[in-house]
Amino acid sequence: MTKLLILCVVVLGILAVAQLARVYELTSRLRGKREEDISPADNRMNARLMMLFLFAYFAFFLWLVVAYRDKMLPLAASVHGVDTDWLMDFNWWILLIAFVPTNILLFYFSYKYVHDPNRRAFWQPHNNKLELIWTIVPAAVLAVIIIYGLNSWNKITAPASADALQVEIYAKQFDWTARYPGADGVLGATDFRLINGTNPLGIVTPESVAAQLNELAALIAAEDSTLEHAVLPADKASELHAHTERLRRTSARIINLRTVMDLDIAEKGKASLYLHGADDIVTKEFYLPVHQEVNLLIRSQDVLHSVFLPHLRAQMNAVPGMTTVIAMVPTITSDSMRTHVMHDQSFDFILMCNKICGASHYNMQMPLIVTEAGEFSTWMTEQMKKPFQPSAEPPAAPLLPTDSVAVGANEQAAVPSNALNQDR
Amino acid sequence: MGAIAHTDAHAHDAHHHHEESFVSKYVFSQDHKMIGKQFLVTAIIMAWVAVIMSVIFRLQLAWPNEGFAFTNFFLGDKWAPGGVLDPNMYLALVTIHGTIMVFFVLTGGLSGTFANFLIPLQLGARDMASGFINMLSYWFFFMSSLVMVISLFVEGGPASAGWTVYPPLSALPQAIPGSGAGMTLWLVSMVLFIASALMGGLNYVVTILNLRTKGMKMTRMPLTIWAIFITAVLGILSFPVLLSASLLLLLDRTLGTSFYLSDIHIAGEALDHTGGSPILFQHLFWFLGHPEVYIVLLPALGITSEVISVNSRKPIFGYRAMIGSILAIGFLSFIVWGHHMFITGMNPFLGSVFVFTTLLIAIPSAVKVFNYITTLWRGNIIFTPAMLFSIGLVATFIAGGLTGIILADSALDIHVHDTYFVVAHFHIVMGMSAIFGMFAGVYHWFPKMYGRMMNTKLGYAHFWVTFICAFGVFFPMHFIGLAGAPRRYYSYSEFPMFDGVVDLNVLVTFFAITGALAQVIFTYNFFYSIYRGPKASRNPWKSNTLEWTTPVEHMHGNWPGPLPVVHRWPYDYSKPGKAEDWVSQITPLDHDEEEH
Repeated sequence: MTKLLILCVVVLGILAVAQLARVYELTSRLRGKREEDISPADNRMNARLMMLFLFAYFAFFLWLVVAYRDKMLPLAASVHGVDTDWLMDFNWWILLIAFVPTNILLFYFSYKYVHDPNRRAFWQPHNNKLELIWTIVPAAVLAVIIIYGLNSWNKITAPASADALQVEIYAKQFDWTARYPGADGVLGATDFRLINGTNPLGIVTPESVAAQLNELAALIAAEDSTLEHAVLPADKASELHAHTERLRRTSARIINLRTVMDLDIAEKGKASLYLHGADDIVTKEFYLPVHQEVNLLIRSQDVLHSVFLPHLRAQMNAVPGMTTVIAMVPTITSDSMRTHVMHDQSFDFILMCNKICGASHYNMQMPLIVTEAGEFSTWMTEQMKKPFQPSAEPPAAPLLPTDSVAVGANEQAAVPSNALNQDR
Repeated sequence: MGAIAHTDAHAHDAHHHHEESFVSKYVFSQDHKMIGKQFLVTAIIMAWVAVIMSVIFRLQLAWPNEGFAFTNFFLGDKWAPGGVLDPNMYLALVTIHGTIMVFFVLTGGLSGTFANFLIPLQLGARDMASGFINMLSYWFFFMSSLVMVISLFVEGGPASAGWTVYPPLSALPQAIPGSGAGMTLWLVSMVLFIASALMGGLNYVVTILNLRTKGMKMTRMPLTIWAIFITAVLGILSFPVLLSASLLLLLDRTLGTSFYLSDIHIAGEALDHTGGSPILFQHLFWFLGHPEVYIVLLPALGITSEVISVNSRKPIFGYRAMIGSILAIGFLSFIVWGHHMFITGMNPFLGSVFVFTTLLIAIPSAVKVFNYITTLWRGNIIFTPAMLFSIGLVATFIAGGLTGIILADSALDIHVHDTYFVVAHFHIVMGMSAIFGMFAGVYHWFPKMYGRMMNTKLGYAHFWVTFICAFGVFFPMHFIGLAGAPRRYYSYSEFPMFDGVVDLNVLVTFFAITGALAQVIFTYNFFYSIYRGPKASRNPWKSNTLEWTTPVEHMHGNWPGPLPVVHRWPYDYSKPGKAEDWVSQITPLDHDEEEH
């Protein structure tokens, strides 16, 4: 009923506008005025509206700046962020110098040179000198912007120094996991085929390889026996068969991986990355020590994600199949941010996902705690003692392929997954 | 109208009217004017689909998780139970809104309409080089639109991975339901669309190069044609790359190849794909995607150049500089695509190169803005609705172009990449500028298209509401973005840090709905005027270009007699020593008159 009413209102509104237009049209036809002849009154009205718009436009701009300046991101909490903010302000001033006069000229000329039947427009097809000036001036200004910009960019993207803290940020739909090197200070190797309930990041160690091979062997055996004994409809049987084949392929590739690992260990001994994973700390908490350079190594399990740390002015995509890197030095602890900057004890630095990744993209977040170095090592020691709790993970690989994979993903998506929110 | 006056009997016989059936005149027409109009009407319908989508997701953004009868009316209980938009459908809506606006409205609608309509008319040709391919180009566009609309109704919903359809999200139905049948149809639709764009583009280039009438040197072509020409070249060179990208994605999705996929563990299982790279897709996509921005923008700039000159009664300032800047923008647009990928893990040095090339584009863009403003200076401005939209375009081009400098600066892009700042930037510089150019074109050439006038007062109302709303919608988004708010978020209520700026979302939605309603005025004015508008005279705007020398009543071959002969450039407005403030291109130069 409401739908019908709304529809009626819309239709009646359109009819009303139509009738008004019709009335106007008929009266102007009575006056013998042609549609294309713009009356002096219309020209004047539009000219004035142009000026009015200019004022409204600048007023709106000013209002936004004044009312929302304090609601923009607070001061940068990283070394390069301070630099970026300076560069941003520098650019804003240049842009403002271009923005204000061009708009004033555009709208003022529109107002001033409104049609006058007694005047003729100025004949001026070109003016090479003027044109040269406004090619060269922007070029010079842009050169300055480019030089400053690239200078910053090179600093930001320079490889981290050797003694930087290595931290892995691992993304998957729809949460984040952090991994810190254990006592050895080195992150171990990983492989996505080793991911399971107890090894959510797929860390490669001789043990995890063996465990995954066993698990796969058990799965394959179970499926083989189902295929052999159970009575299945033809399509289900071929689906299951294809799945078993896939598991066999995965298994074979893990066996390849094992060979590579064994050779590497034989060659490099203790230096092999395959021996460094066992003590890695895998955690759902993200801590960083202040004033210490950190090299974030970013990986993804499924689709593209993006590590976005707006308060640290840092962002880098997480790409399945490769590790991306971004280095930074946090300069303000979470505590001083709360007490001195935000005056809000509930404030947290936030790591959020900034690349469309699925239904719960809008809630894929993890708080970042920046602490003093001492506090950080206490936290690290605690983490070393505490084994990773895989309970937050979804259950391990389903035994049988379901014919509703998409629906499964959907259900998972429907529940905003981030358990971390609750303690905010 | 010299040329038309001396029609000799022989030429007249050759081009007399044939009786045509309804189907060959209105449906499978090979006449460029009818094809142009078909593109326009299809684009208007598609634009409405995309506008309604934007109203739905703007409602969700302003009042997250509240139910709306409007949302429920369009999406039903499956995607909007109780009127609350489903998060997956939210992503689908932003995806399809972007796809329709970029490809179907601002590429097919803008280029398709004005390239088809104006090229033969402004160059003095009987029709396009190949009428048949031209007709096919429209029908491929039509099928493509149809497939895109059908994809809205499939199980799992339409494509939902963003209009850039980055894999793996777009490749894996396990990751998002829209990547099932919806995504397949999206790819099919794009393949059809690209076929249409290529057929159209080749036709435009061939016609412009070969079918100009006597005296129509390249340096006497109106800037509309120059812009359309470069647009067509950009399309021909870049759309095939999107075609390959789409086909490879289709292979990854269906045949298990690994062009874009590698090391993926999803829905509890490790997939077979190894060795592919999602970054490869982004390179291929943006190799089209960036020229695409100019494919959208250049025709609008061309239209504006023409409209501003005509209605300022003044030659466009720096005609050659305008051509030069179109060429420069066209060339540079091919070597800047990486600025969309600064933070994808691309080599930082490569990033620096793209910073450099991207910022270079600001130079020809600045030249264009200054030339527009100088054209207005000491002009004699008549505010037709087309003129208003052209001035509007210059305003949005300034605002959006300047924020582009921030985004092109890789160090700053880290900070604002994929935030609302980007949404604000490209909607203003590409969306608004291009649509304003399109509106300017429709208002300006409507008398030529339909032989009737659109209502000027409704045009004013349409312009001012749209113009104010355009800034009301997109200007505050810069601030939302600078507060760090990412784009493509279903809701911001999970982040207390955005509490300070979310009230802007209500303001934005208010302007968005008002702006959408303003388009009702336009749509009504457009369709009403086709049938009932006052009859147009032959040259209502006192314009110099050739299309205004054709009879009001459309005919095959455009000119009843021999083709007009061109004697001068198209911008002789208010030329000293002339009685009128305009001189048609077909008027011979006076003895001892300099061309310009």
